[in-house]
Amino acid sequence: MRKKLMAISATAAVSALILAGCAAPAAEEGSGELVFDVPDVPMLEELGEPEGQVDIIAWSGFVEPAWADTFTEETGCVVNRRVAGTSDEMVQLMRTGDYDLVSASGDASLRLIVGGDVAPINRDLIPNFGDDIVPGMQGQLYDTINGKVYGVPIGRGANILQYNTEVVTETPTSWDIVWEADSPYAGQITAYDAPIYIADAAVYLMYHQPELGIQNPYALDETQLAAAVDLLKQQNEIVAEYWADPVAQITSFVGGTTVAGTSWEILRKLAADDRMQGTLPQEGSTGWSDAWMISSQSDSPNCAYLWMDYTSSAEVNGAIAMNFGMAPANAAFCELNDEAAAHCEEFNALNEDYFENVWYWTTPIEQCLDGRTEVRCTSFQDWTNAWATVKG
Amino acid sequence: MTAIATPPTASSSAPAAAKSKPLSTLLYRHRWLRLVGLLSLPLTWLVGLYIVSLALLLVTAFWFIDPFTSKVIPGFTLENFALVFSEPAYVTTALRTLGIALAVTLLSAAFAIPLGIFMAKLASPWLRAVLAVAITLPLWAGYLVKILAMRITFTEEGFFNWVMAPFGITGPGFSLLTVVLTLTYLWFPYMALPVYTAIRQIPVNLFDASADMGARGFTTIRTVVLPLLWPALLAGSVFTFSLSLGDYIVARFVGGANAQMIGSIIASNINLNPPVAAAFSVIPIAFVVIYLVVTRRTGALERM
Repeated sequence: MRKKLMAISATAAVSALILAGCAAPAAEEGSGELVFDVPDVPMLEELGEPEGQVDIIAWSGFVEPAWADTFTEETGCVVNRRVAGTSDEMVQLMRTGDYDLVSASGDASLRLIVGGDVAPINRDLIPNFGDDIVPGMQGQLYDTINGKVYGVPIGRGANILQYNTEVVTETPTSWDIVWEADSPYAGQITAYDAPIYIADAAVYLMYHQPELGIQNPYALDETQLAAAVDLLKQQNEIVAEYWADPVAQITSFVGGTTVAGTSWEILRKLAADDRMQGTLPQEGSTGWSDAWMISSQSDSPNCAYLWMDYTSSAEVNGAIAMNFGMAPANAAFCELNDEAAAHCEEFNALNEDYFENVWYWTTPIEQCLDGRTEVRCTSFQDWTNAWATVKG
Repeated sequence: MTAIATPPTASSSAPAAAKSKPLSTLLYRHRWLRLVGLLSLPLTWLVGLYIVSLALLLVTAFWFIDPFTSKVIPGFTLENFALVFSEPAYVTTALRTLGIALAVTLLSAAFAIPLGIFMAKLASPWLRAVLAVAITLPLWAGYLVKILAMRITFTEEGFFNWVMAPFGITGPGFSLLTVVLTLTYLWFPYMALPVYTAIRQIPVNLFDASADMGARGFTTIRTVVLPLLWPALLAGSVFTFSLSLGDYIVARFVGGANAQMIGSIIASNINLNPPVAAAFSVIPIAFVVIYLVVTRRTGALERM
């Protein structure tokens, strides 16, 4: 019954979207704040009895027995984990309605919210989701749409420039060594193999070609997208290989096929190779920030809320962050002990200046995310097609 | 069938026998019932699961996509096909994939024929058994494991460059050539086995006769072995060709920067833009159908 109701409201939402597309853009004048047509999904008012189990879609390393078992002991909720490899897979799985929670990155969350697949969150039921959340992870566009909270922050990280110190002897200050045709490391560059990587080109263009007027790397109009694609095609000439699989990226660096390119801090650590160093160049970079989101079709909302609260505590949030290799959302973790402090230092957990230059992955949509209303921006489908042309 | 086996007995006992096996009698009397019983299960499988699911996929090629939520909206449009055929990058990718599949097929055949002749006609029974195991053994290893093994072999500081360094040779690295080599490695058994079986069936005295008439080794292969081998080669090529056509994991792991295949594009669209993925998946289907039709004309499929 519940599912049926949800289906109806989701259909209504889609048709509302189509109508909205014909009418004037929904961005509010003046404030620059974006307003979206989001289906009205009810929020859980109060906690009831735990249902006995909870189904979670998560990135690998987010749900591990080390902390999930304690949760089951405390609440009686058995945790069923499903590891997903990409944001797109997460969205697809959430739409089946079989799962209660998802650890959504920014490029999935907007789609989930507007699609009516996730419900707003009642912060009162999550005491651990409090003032300790780092400022940079509060009030994100895709976590607080239309004044509602849809996600409980887990952690964040930047896509760094990794390089092999044996070949790249000086710390690069710019991404130019992976973009420019005259790079000294031409033929030994690696790049991320996904349409979202177009944003990395946009970040570089924002800095070096201000005349293009890119304000947000996820809000590109036709001309800006074309410029980014040209840059990516230029890069294609000097790329040794693209990586989508973490293991492939590590072997590519360690095996000497590539000496510089985009990477994650966790991959640099996993490579366990002293030659590999990482840096955040002057142009800034793309990155990600993840949050728990609860399905609008959840059949175990109580267990789901208990899980969100449990994993938001300093200890558990920190354990997830350390396991995955990212900056935790809960700042209180950094004061727990020396090991925690060292981790926060390494991953710049409290360094908002560092993250100021980081553009978290967001779904590109036709409505310009930077607030422009006079042009139509390019959607993720446009990006997917553009990406295929880059690799020819 | 048992009804047929029942020997005709005295007229008084016949109704009793019929009574004891009503089902058999019924099936014996109605030919169509026998057919239904025999074919209903495999047909349900074929039509219900295989063809219907394929059709469901293909029909989305005519549907729309909501650009915000990536949800498909039923309808009718030919835009997805227009995109597939008008975008130069998509066309190049399709042609590149076709080229890779053909190269893999030719390479497999080039390896399989000499190996088959050696195994069937020259090797001792013991060596023949060892070679047969050696050909089939890779089939037991996981598909991804084999690809990663090739990846390690051809990486810059990998096995190939290490072995070849003394001779001043550097390997192809990750490139189209490596993709062809890896796919050949993966699908070679499907070519080698039918070819070997076919060569075994060629009587030895044909070789003797050919030699008696003064033909050298290569002339014998060209004029005697190859014509007899043709059906087996085509049968094997159906496997190597269609399996290579659908692959994209190999391109992803050993392909380097410019080895995008049809599967790569389908994979990157399947979640974000299912209609385009569906439209694009028509291309390999078309290639395989054309290939099968051409192969059928040669009569190879009847002897498979």
